[in-house]
This record gives sequence, structure tokens and C-alpha cells, in this order.
Amino acid sequence: MTPLPFFGYLWILKRECFHKPSHRGLMSSSYLPVLILFGVSIVNAVGMLVAAHVLNPRRPTEQKDMPYESGMIPLGDTRARFSVKFYMVAISFIIFDLEAIFLIPWAVEMRYLGWEGFIAVSIFTAILVIGLVYEWRKGGLDWDE
Amino acid sequence: MTLDFVSRADFIWALLPEIVLSCWAMAILLVGVWEKERPGLPPRNLRLLAWLSVAGLAATAGVNGWLYGVSGTDASGMIALDSFRLFANWIFLLGAALTILVSLPYIAKQRLQAGEFYTLVLLATVGMMVMAGTRNLILLFLAIETMTISAYVLTAYHRADRRSAEAGLKYFILGAFSSAFLLYGIALTWGATGSVNLAEIAQTIEAGAGFTGLLMAGMALLGVGFAFKVGAVPFHMWAPDAYEGAPSPSTAFMAAAVKAASFAALLRVFLEAFPGLYEAWYPVMWWLAALTMLVANLIALSQSSVKRMLAYSSVAHGGYLLVGVTAANEFATASVLFYLLVYTIMTIGAFGIVMIVSGHGEERLQVDDYAGFGWQQPVLGVLLTIFLLALAGFPGTAGFMAKIFLLQGAVESQLWTLAILLALTTVVSYYYYLRVAWYMWMRSADAGEPAIPVVAPGIVRFTLIGSAAVMIYLGVLPGAVLEGAISAAEHFGVVAGEAFMGLAR
Repeated sequence: MTPLPFFGYLWILKRECFHKPSHRGLMSSSYLPVLILFGVSIVNAVGMLVAAHVLNPRRPTEQKDMPYESGMIPLGDTRARFSVKFYMVAISFIIFDLEAIFLIPWAVEMRYLGWEGFIAVSIFTAILVIGLVYEWRKGGLDWDE
Repeated sequence: MTLDFVSRADFIWALLPEIVLSCWAMAILLVGVWEKERPGLPPRNLRLLAWLSVAGLAATAGVNGWLYGVSGTDASGMIALDSFRLFANWIFLLGAALTILVSLPYIAKQRLQAGEFYTLVLLATVGMMVMAGTRNLILLFLAIETMTISAYVLTAYHRADRRSAEAGLKYFILGAFSSAFLLYGIALTWGATGSVNLAEIAQTIEAGAGFTGLLMAGMALLGVGFAFKVGAVPFHMWAPDAYEGAPSPSTAFMAAAVKAASFAALLRVFLEAFPGLYEAWYPVMWWLAALTMLVANLIALSQSSVKRMLAYSSVAHGGYLLVGVTAANEFATASVLFYLLVYTIMTIGAFGIVMIVSGHGEERLQVDDYAGFGWQQPVLGVLLTIFLLALAGFPGTAGFMAKIFLLQGAVESQLWTLAILLALTTVVSYYYYLRVAWYMWMRSADAGEPAIPVVAPGIVRFTLIGSAAVMIYLGVLPGAVLEGAISAAEHFGVVAGEAFMGLAR
């Protein structure tokens, strides 16, 4: 429960206050506010958890120990089995989602990137099209099988 | 032809082998999927796919040969245009081609999905080629992932087989773990030197700039990552399980080509980026080499499964190769390259026959199953004996010459203890290799046991005979290939070990 980072923060604070500022590495004084924020938030979070743990009165009942005290009673295991089709859809979604992530920045800067960017994006899309053709031939897009 | 990398086309020329092979792999994926699957039967175009893949590898090899005539003006660019890369490419291409040729009946027998299998082998090869050819740590990481992700899938390729799935999962978890080490090492090295380019890192270290503690941590993490990838002993736990559970063609490919690629990248990173820190990494490599040779050979002695024995033998060979890395002079690097080439051929050869013997569901893997095999199938028996003798390093085979060169490299750097350990563990390894040969020729199968059904088409026999012939040829006349390796290893040395160079030539 010891907030170890807090001591690190104190040490940096001490060094920043009592030593000559050093600009040798990444640890320059411009990071000090971030570290203060970091330290304060850790102390705050840990402190609240510890206080709640120490101070609260605890009277457990069977009702209170249920996963959803005021909701539905759980029906079964959460490890239900899904059809593999859902995973196929999910994987395809990720691929084409990522395609969009790459294509939109290119589209925004299309005129600046010129033909070189166009060729690069075409190669990228062509590879994805090959993947799509593969999925289609393999039956990954057929829902009823 | 000289490339100055001013025009964009120069990058395409410099990367032509990789580009050709990746396009070919995608084409094979499409050809493979065009044929409708027939459940329970091997694909109708299996042979076409295999030959197309081999043709792609041959085309890439042609381009690779053409690159010998191309030089680059930029000696510290992202893509290396040196003969180290080109020599390593020969090893990977040869490993992939041999795997594909040798595994033809296995793929048909086990009804594996051929198109995807060949595509994955080719894509893994692309990753290996980039690994050996890049001077950029980020690109190196991408290449390693390209290779290992394909290798994970190849390990778990036998979906219906529990052993294969288990091996794939183990390999995946430990492989991802080691990739994380590697990436953290790259990040810290970048933090310490401000560059991910190997040449620039070396310059920073030489100039004495950079943060020493951070750099040491980065180098240590890179070392751990690579030790995982090459299967050096404290980090070898994944190797026997993954090699044993994987389908035999995948095992052959992983034990040979994947290991060769990891060693090529290890040599490039440690000899190009960290030559100035040789004092720091040499003891670590020393211990890795010593432990790997000792432990792997001792465990291999007690194996009753031939496949698992070959898995431990692969780890042990990693130990021999680490002696060459520890020696870190130009001749030692050349000997590592020579050893990798020889090792690739003999490992895939041995696994090729294990594939033939193992049967429909890989049920005949024990040493006992080989009893009397030599007399039942004299040709295959002789071939397996040659491969085993080569793996053991018997005089007259390429394995012997390769070990001699490694020893010579170690002696040049005055690594007496490691050299003695290498020789002693080699003698120990004779026992477990020759035990298989002994079972083949000196024991007869049990009376009620039916003969091992052998499915070995002409092309497989031809490939195996060719490999065995190369093993004997290189055991007698290693000169030409060694010269190639020596010219590839130029500038890949920290220790100036010129004293014995006269003897080598």
C-alpha cells in the first residue's frame, strides 16, 4: 500500500529545488508539473482507497454479496460459446477499420502527397483486396453454411 | 550498377528479392484458394502450388544473385547492400525450397491446406530476408514479427491435432514475450543513443556519447530477446515443445531457416551496432554458448523420441553457433554463415526422412520404430545415416568441416575453454545421433511388426539424395562456399584474428 512513486516524486522535487538545474537528459524541469500531477493523483487515489477500506463499517449479507445487488440474478457462466462466424466478422472489421485509419489521413493530404502517396496507398489497398478476395473464396463472408 | 538512393526507384532495386517473393506469396495464396476445398482429401492443385512456390523461390534467388553486381553508395542506410545479406538470403531461400520439396507427401497425407502453408513459408522467408538485410532496429522488429507470426501459424498448422495446437500456443506466448524484451531493448537503445540505425549507434558508442547505464540495459534486453529467438539455454524452454508438437515440415523449417535468420540478425546487431561494447557482451555470450552446448547435449542423450531428440539437437547446434558469435572475428562470422548453410541442409534432410517414417498421424516417432528401417528401405536408410553423421560432425561430412571452421574461429579469439567444450560436447552428441543409425541397421523389427509403409515420390528422393550429396561434397571440398562466406563476413568482426587466416585459405 506504500505509494512508492510518491517518494520518487519527492526526490525529484528535492533535486529540482536544491540542485542546479541539469539539462543532460530528458529529465528537465519542464516535466516537473507532470510529475507533480502524477504524484498528487497517485496519493489521492491510494489515499481514498485506503481511507474507504479503513473507515467503512462492513455488514455483509447474502444479498449484498451478489454480483448485481439490485439487478438480475446471473443465469449462467459468462464463458458461453459463440459461433465462430462472429469472430470472422470481428477480424474482418478490424482489418477494414485499420484500412480506414490509414486511408483517411492520406485522403486529407492527398494533393500534398502527390503521385508517390497515391502509388503507396494503391499498393496498400491492393494487398487488402487480395485479402478480401481470399476471404470471399474461402467462404468467410457466407453467413449461412 | 550503383545505387545512390536519390531516386525512389533505387529503393525498389535494393529490395527487389523481398518484393518479388512477397508478390509471389500473395499470388500463391490466390491460386491456392481458387480451387474449391474437398473435405478429407488433399487439394487437387497441390503439386502445382508446390512447384509454383519453388519457382518463386528460384526467381528470388536469381534476383539475389543479380544483387551481387549492385553496390550502394550509402554504407549506413536502412537497407544493407552487402554480401552478408545476400549470403544469408541463399540460406533462407534454400531452407524454404527444401522444406517445400521434402514435405510434399506429408502435406498430401495429413490433408493440410497447401495454399496457405506455402504462402506462410514464403512470407516467413520474406521476413527472414529483411531481418538479415536491415540496419534499422524498428524495421528489424517488423521483420522478426513477419517471420515469427508466420512461424506461430505454421506450428499450430495441424488444427485437428492437440499437440500441434498446444505447441503453437506455447510458442506464441513465449515468442510474444521475447518480442517484448526485444522491443524494450530497442527502445532503451534508442533512448541511450538517439538512433535506431545500427551504424549511427556504433558511432555514438565510439564517440563516448550516450548514456552508458541505459545502453547496457538496452543491450542486455536485446540479448535476452535474441537468446529467446535462437533458443539459447536459459531461454530455450519453448523450443523442444514447439518443435515436437509442430507438424514435421514446420519443425524442419523452424529448426533450420528461422534459427538461421535469428542468428543472422543477432550477428548484424551485435557486430554492427555494439562492437565498441564487446567487452561487455562477450562474457554473456560465452556463458550462453557454454550452457547451451552442455545442457542441450546432455538432455538430448535421454530422449526416446527422434523428433524431440532432433529438437534438442537443434538447440545444441545453436550453442555451437554461439561460440562463433562469441569469437566475433571475421573468420568466426564466416564460419557461422557456413555452419548455418550446412546445418539448414542437414536438418531439413533428417526431418524429411522423419516425416516419411512418422506416418499418417505422426505415430512412428520413437527410436524403436526405426528398428530394421535401414534394411527395409536401403536408400532412405543410407540417406538418414548421412544426415545423422553430418549432424554429429563426422569426418568426411560437411558437419565436420563446419565445426572445424567454428573451432578455428574460436581459437583465433583465444577462446580455448569454449573450443574444448565444443569438441567434447560433439563427442557426446555422437551417442544420440548414432543410436538412431544403430537401431536402423543393427536391430531388426519385432516379428509381428508390419513393415513401415513408405510414401516417397521421386521428387522427395531426388531432393534428399541431392542434399546428402551436397553434405559429402562440402565435407570434402568446402573451399568455394567458404570463400563466399568469408567475403560475406567482411567487416563483421570485432576481434582482429588474422594470425590463423593463412591456415584457412
